[in-house]
This record gives sequence, C-alpha cells and structure tokens, in this order.
Amino acid sequence: MPVELKDVRAVAELARLALTAEEETRLVSQLNEILGFMETLNELDTRGVEPTSHPVPMENVTRKDQIEPFAARGDLMAAAPEVAGDYYRVPRIMD
Amino acid sequence: MALNELTAHELKTLLDRGEVSAHEATTAVLERIEATDDTLNAFISVDAEGALSQAAAADRRRAAGEDPGMLGGVPVALKDLLCVAGGHTTCGSRMLENYIAPYDATVVSRLRQAGAVIIGKTNLDEFAMGSSTESSYYGVTRNPHDNSRVAGGSSGGSAAAVAADQTILAIGSDTGGSVRQPAAYCGVVGLKPTYGRVSRYGLTAYASSLDQIGPLTKDVQDAAWTLEAIAGHDRFDSTSIQAQVPAYSQSFNRGIKGMRIGLAREHLPPELDDRIAAVTRQAALSLEHCGAELVDLELPVAGRGEYCLSSFYLIAMGESSANLARYDGVKYGHRAHGATDLQSMYQNTRNQGFGDEVKRRIILGTYVLSAGYYDAYYLKAQQVRTLIRRDFEQAFARCDALLAPVTPGPAFRIGEKTDDPLQMYLTDIYTVAVNLAGIPAISVPCGLSAEGLPISVQLLGPPLQEEKLLQLGHALECSARPC
Repeated sequence: MPVELKDVRAVAELARLALTAEEETRLVSQLNEILGFMETLNELDTRGVEPTSHPVPMENVTRKDQIEPFAARGDLMAAAPEVAGDYYRVPRIMD
Repeated sequence: MALNELTAHELKTLLDRGEVSAHEATTAVLERIEATDDTLNAFISVDAEGALSQAAAADRRRAAGEDPGMLGGVPVALKDLLCVAGGHTTCGSRMLENYIAPYDATVVSRLRQAGAVIIGKTNLDEFAMGSSTESSYYGVTRNPHDNSRVAGGSSGGSAAAVAADQTILAIGSDTGGSVRQPAAYCGVVGLKPTYGRVSRYGLTAYASSLDQIGPLTKDVQDAAWTLEAIAGHDRFDSTSIQAQVPAYSQSFNRGIKGMRIGLAREHLPPELDDRIAAVTRQAALSLEHCGAELVDLELPVAGRGEYCLSSFYLIAMGESSANLARYDGVKYGHRAHGATDLQSMYQNTRNQGFGDEVKRRIILGTYVLSAGYYDAYYLKAQQVRTLIRRDFEQAFARCDALLAPVTPGPAFRIGEKTDDPLQMYLTDIYTVAVNLAGIPAISVPCGLSAEGLPISVQLLGPPLQEEKLLQLGHALECSARPC
C-alpha cells in the first residue's frame, strides 16, 4: 500500500510539523523506499507470537504517592521561552 | 607519554602516587582539545573553567588524605544528550541550542561521586538519530584516523574525542549501536550494557525501550571501571534493574578458560566485506587460543540484518515520534516567533527546530503508529522483536557469548550516505538486534585495514553478563598486544 502525498500531509498535521512542499515530496518517496524495505518482515510467520514492548521482563514498579518539591523550580521556569509570573505563556487558544 | 594519552587506570596510578596532579591531567586534555578540535569538531561545548575547578577539588581531596574516588581526577567527556546542571544540553539540535539543564543526569552524579572531572559535551547526531554524526546541527565530527571519513554515530563526538586523546574517557548512549559503531570506526572500546543496568534519568529520550548509556574508553579495563562507577538501580528510573553491581574492575582480567563462544552462520555471510570477515575469524582464533571453545550455531531471525533493521527502525521511529512530541515551544527549547495561534506556533517551532533526519523519523513513526497501519507495521515489528529475543535465548543456552562483526565495513566517507537514508540505516545491520533484545555487547578494536582504518568485533552476552564480555574483550586485547 504505497504512501501518498495526502498521507504525508495527514501525518505531518498529527505530528505538528509544517513541512514545505519540497519536504513533502521528498518524504513521499523516502517513506515508500524505507517501508518497502521493511515489507521483508512479512516473510516471517508471527501468528500467535506475543509482541515485546519492553526488553526486560518487569513487574509494575510502584512507590508511595508522596510530594517531593523540586529544588530548582526557578531554573525550570527560566528555561521557558515566555512566562507570565508563575505561568507559561502561549498564543491565545480561544476567542 | 603525554598525560592526555593515558588510560584512566594508568592516570589513576600516577595520581595516587602523587607523581602528577589532576590539574596537570586536565590541562593536558584541554590543550589537546584546543589544538585539534577545529579539525575534528568532537565537542559542542568545553567547560575549561569548571573542569579546572573540579580538578583542583580532586587534588585537594588527595592532599588531605581523603579517598579521591574510583575516577578521582580523571577527565571525562559526556555526549551532549546527558543533562549537566547549569550547563548547555543541546542534543545536537537547534531545538535545544539555548537549553540549560536544571539537574544532573544520574550518570553525571555518579561520575561526580567517583571523582571524575567533567570537561565538556561531545557532538552527536541530532537527538541521537543517525549513524555518522552528520545530522548534528553543530556540524560533522571527523574521524581522527582519516579526516575525510565519519567518526560514526550517534556518539561520534565521544568516540573521536577518546581516539584523539582529547579526553581520557567518554560516555555515550546506544539505542541501535550508537556506542559500539562509532567506537569501532574510531578504534576505541565501546560498551552497551544490559537495558536497565545504567539509569537513564537525565538522558534525553530517543526510543525509551532501546536506549542505554555506556562508556567509550581506550581499553577494556577502563570500560570495566567506568561501568562499575555508573551502573546500578536508581529510584528516578523505574526501568533500572535492582541487581547488585559486580566489581567489574576486579574481575575483567580473570581469564576465559572454558568459555564457549558462539559464531552464528548468519553473521559471516559470503558477501561480507573481506576485511571485516578476516578480523572476525582471527578474533575467534585468538579467543580459542586463550582457552575458549568455539561453537557454530544459527540465529535464523536475530542474525538476519534485514529483519532486525526493519523491526528496529519501526519501533525506534514509533517511540521517537512520541518522545519528541514534548518539543512544543512551551516549557523549554526553541519557540518560533510571530505565530498568532497555538497550532501554528507548534508547527513553526518544530519545523524550525528539527533537522531533516529527525523530521523523517517523526513522520515515519507517526505513520506506523497511526490507525490502519499499526498492526501491519508496529505490532508486526514487536512480534519480530519477540522472535529475535527467543533466538538469543536459544543461542545462550549453548554458549556464554556470541562473537560478531560490529559494522559491515570500516568508516565511510563524509557525505557518502547523507542523501540516501536507507543506505545510512543499513550501516547498523549488526548492532540493532542487541538493543531489541536488551542484552549487553562490547565493541573491541582488533586491527587496522590496509588503508589504516580501525576494525573491531563485538561480543554479545545474556542479560547482566557484562563481566564475561569484559573478560573476553580483555583477552582479545591481550592477544593483540603484550600485557
């Protein structure tokens, strides 16, 4: 199932990337080449095989739900492109 | 021998005897960086002032008779994907050009506890996505053995810095070979520990189920020392393993008599580069000569590069598209100016902040995770990941470690593969299976090609068997030179 221009545009929208027309065209052909190579996985019979999402078998890790203030709060806020008092500032999201 | 050319254990001996100071050692590496980095571009930032003050502190501790720590006074370089409090952490990206980390990565705190002197941050492919350090926003790193060739990637800066004696040792991260492959191209030792052996807290995430931090060093003993200093459970990383950390620094030279070394038929195909095949076969004979036994076996899925690469890139790109969603121009990093609505602020920020390779992986990752394609690509890749794990489990029932090539050839020329992403991905053909299975592996230099380019082999072991890999790596080193 080849990747088309509309697929790249739809995915770019989901990924919040504003691609140029040239980037879109290049990605269509690169995606087809790369995903075409990956079709090789269809040679393998994986019926009934459990997927692996984590390489080391693990139980859930839990801890006490205790608040620990982060010491460098000011440094965190200082890293933001734009703040207003104790808040992050972003362009208007509703009218 | 100049101080910057020493291994960590050699330098430590001189420091402990009081024959040299940490100040002198640090000055030597800083001078070497000054003299060579205009050409190599191994460093993104160097903190000379901070390094000299850490060195002075190490000298004071020694003078006061206190324990200076395992790496007391030893200069260390860090891949610029690791957070150091108060310093720049760029991840090789424009997105984080001005980012100042508010905390130390756990690896950094442990290196500090061990007395290491942190000298600077090394170059890497943008967000560790690449195999040549060519996708860095801060320019390519050149191979010290041949400046027209790549140093490998993504930890190319760390590998080149160690190879060029700009540091005593370095730290990198390995998601699909990013420690082992540049180590091989630059002729240094690179260790990828078991997934979870080293805490990932403070390591910028690329593909969270594959990422692991490891050392790049001048010899196997230094890799053992560094791993001992940085390994162990950390409450800030819930995927870090609880198991006790062995004294790698004491056990790496215990010999390999009776160990069984597996050679997979699939790892030495007829089309393999002659130089790589010859070095791998010679390494097998050397191990046999040191008392190991060779076992022929098969890895029908885990030994097949095309299956491993496909599974790896589908999973890595899927995970990276989710991990990189955090770069939205709100809490830190780059923000595009002039946007009047939130949506275009996000889009412009990300389009300006990310380079081509990162965008390609985000797009591909988002595509394979999206409705309608998930089962065909991502789920299939995870199922193949299970087959790869099983292959290794079966192999390790018959042997203690596997011996394999690290790369399909020696370091390639700068620019040779930048226009063809698939060709670039194919350079990782021997390294990615290890990350999918979460097992440890070490890349050890074993010789030079006729044109003077380093060639290495890797040893792969079962989970948490780093000790055996270090012992085997040390045996290979000893057979290559008197020790």
